[in-house]
Amino acid sequence: MIAETGLIALLIAAALALLQAFLGFGALRPGGEPLLRAVRPVAIVQAAMTVTAFAMLLLVFARTDLSVKLVAEDSATTLPLLYRITGAWGNHEGSMLMWITILALSGAAVAIFERRLPERTLAATIGAQGLIALGFFAFLLFSSNPFERLAMPPAEGAGFNPLLQDPGLAFHPPTLYVGYVGLSVAFSFAVGALLTRDVGPAFARAMRPWVLGAWIFLTLGITAGSYWAYYELGWGGWWFWDPTENASLMPWLAATALLHSVSVLATRDGLRAWTIMLAVVAFSMSMVGTFLVRSGILTSVHAFALDPRRGAFILILLALYIGGALALFGARIATVAEGNRFDPVSREGALVANNLLLSAILGVVLIGTLYPLLVESATGEKLSVGPPYFNAAAGPLALVLVAIMAAGPVMRWRRDRLAEIGRRVAIPAAIVVVALVAVLVALPGLRILPLLGLVLAAGTAAASVAPLWKRNLRRTPLFTWGMVVAHLGVAVSLAGMASESAFSQETLVAARPGDTVHVGPYAVHLAAVDPVAGPNYTAVRATLVATRGQGAPIVLHPEQRTFDNPPQQTAESAIATRLDGQLYTVVGEPVPGGRWQLRLWWKPFVTLIWAGGTLIALGGALSLLGRALPRRRARPVREGYAR
Amino acid sequence: MSLRTIRILLWLPLIAFLLILAAVASGLIKPHSTNIASQMIGQPLPAFDLASGRGDAIRVRAAAFADGKPHLLNFFASWCVPCVGEAPQLLVLKQAGIAIEGIAVRDRPADLAEFLARNGDPYDRIGLDDTSGVQMALGSSGVPETFVIDGKGIIRAQHIGAIGPQDVADMLAAVRSAR
Repeated sequence: MIAETGLIALLIAAALALLQAFLGFGALRPGGEPLLRAVRPVAIVQAAMTVTAFAMLLLVFARTDLSVKLVAEDSATTLPLLYRITGAWGNHEGSMLMWITILALSGAAVAIFERRLPERTLAATIGAQGLIALGFFAFLLFSSNPFERLAMPPAEGAGFNPLLQDPGLAFHPPTLYVGYVGLSVAFSFAVGALLTRDVGPAFARAMRPWVLGAWIFLTLGITAGSYWAYYELGWGGWWFWDPTENASLMPWLAATALLHSVSVLATRDGLRAWTIMLAVVAFSMSMVGTFLVRSGILTSVHAFALDPRRGAFILILLALYIGGALALFGARIATVAEGNRFDPVSREGALVANNLLLSAILGVVLIGTLYPLLVESATGEKLSVGPPYFNAAAGPLALVLVAIMAAGPVMRWRRDRLAEIGRRVAIPAAIVVVALVAVLVALPGLRILPLLGLVLAAGTAAASVAPLWKRNLRRTPLFTWGMVVAHLGVAVSLAGMASESAFSQETLVAARPGDTVHVGPYAVHLAAVDPVAGPNYTAVRATLVATRGQGAPIVLHPEQRTFDNPPQQTAESAIATRLDGQLYTVVGEPVPGGRWQLRLWWKPFVTLIWAGGTLIALGGALSLLGRALPRRRARPVREGYAR
Repeated sequence: MSLRTIRILLWLPLIAFLLILAAVASGLIKPHSTNIASQMIGQPLPAFDLASGRGDAIRVRAAAFADGKPHLLNFFASWCVPCVGEAPQLLVLKQAGIAIEGIAVRDRPADLAEFLARNGDPYDRIGLDDTSGVQMALGSSGVPETFVIDGKGIIRAQHIGAIGPQDVADMLAAVRSAR
């Protein structure tokens, strides 16, 4: 009955989504005002139904109800409870249900919390949210029903992809999806504003927290995903320019641009059309990402859930939603009054440069991701685009972007003088020069991108705290702190990337127990290789004792695991984290002669990459708090007046 | 810019999106193939010299393929299940007078002997490719896979996967055209 309850909840939710779209858009018509009051409750009940469906899915997975096709195909009774539950979204149908659950929750959150948007725009926004949900409900019900029963339940499930049997699965997809799908709110806001032609600072101030919220989760999700891939895949890399990674990076780039342009709109009433465009593009990138990942049109390391027929379905949805929004943009934006103009040398000017660079990087990533697809459909030739293209094309742009990011916050709104700006960035500029000389002298022969990265990271770290200079720190608004922390995070992350790329050391050897291998500052002694049994796998486990100078030895246990359901081997890396870097160890195949493949890396300061990512998200959270708190403090006063 | 040009420009994002959509849709509609064709078609065989899989001293050398007549070069293995299904077709091809050279991938002579006793032996010679090095050099990604090599030792065609009964005529034609 649990699966049927889930299916019925899903059907009701789909019907409510249809109603929500009708009410929301109907309220815009002359005489539609009475519908306004019904829009919010419908969105909330729709979300409650969707959450019910998702809860039922979790329940059938937790109980391993093998009469449900999805459970039989993607789970097993032998799995630990954590993976029986997370397995609910480690497959196509389940992850799509989670996607749409977050979409419905976003819509409900808007219905519950949004008080600043004019009622008509809000109704259109919720209507748009319902329309998007409707398409994805149809997708789920017609082509990916997660609750389908089997006439003959098998005795045991087919098991779960061992690469996904990791606590990372509990955090990474949900956070990323909240980010991805949270951007739907910005999209719906844009559609609502285009329909009512109400684009201005008030609209931007209403939209900003939603964009910020989604962006925080997207940042966290990408950071967590990068670390997960880093330790789980056992390849020692933290970013592979894999299509699925790009699919998460593209909405992030668009959302980052949107976050900054919405500030210009809120503060200076500029960049109206551009902000609307970005809001449409950001969620469009999320949907394109979903399409790329779900359709299997691009093969990638995430190829655990793919199906071309479903791809065609999502493609039609994309055509309707993105095409529809862009058509609305073309038809309506000209009738939105032009915003304020500004001097090129100003905070707005820097933000426009930031936006253009982010968009250019987005273009580079989009082209690189779609290029194999376009070539294949034109000539039938198969090719792949990898790091050499992305690093060379996006790297320099990103460095220029970081430089502008360093200078932007010390510039004044509307109009500034170059000489003044020069005086304000004098200290960071001096730090850049000192760092450049230091790096050139101490580390000759460093490649250009890591070199610029290190130098720029030093300067940016200094510049990012510049807005706090000579300010009363206790009276500095929280959102300014947010900006400082986020920009500092970019500098920290950049330093980690440059250090990892410049100073990583790698050793690949075939070692006998008793051998000692050197990597970076460590001497790694292979003490033993033993068989061990896990809950649903067997493994060979190496015991490594790493010592550095006279320091205490570190014991590491990398494993080579063999799962039998489904049959697959995974390399489980063992990582020792120290303040100045990570020792990353992987044990591989046995080599004739009683030896084992050992792969060791010493990665100086690599953890800064994810520490920086976390700081960026923390900055976003501070900023969000800063925007939300004063409002809460102000409300009782306003309500007092009303009474 | 005049207001008119701006109005036209506003439709550019939609047009760009529709173009991408059309390209992606055409890619999606096309039959999906996961086979990766070898880049070695039209190239001479890469040099190799493999020990015999039959325990005798007859080695399999790349140079020996340039003997004026076409050959089939079949990658297989005793541990490979589709290779069992392919074996009758290889025997038919051999009876049609085609020279077939085998390369056993990551295999052992004892297992090979058992495989050949059970499924028939269509091979003139069998080389042992213990590291898949030769297989990779030819741009092959799995077993079974069969290459058509012409009389000058040039790789002419590749068949990915087992040769089924329906493929025999095509293989015959491919070998005859490779003289």
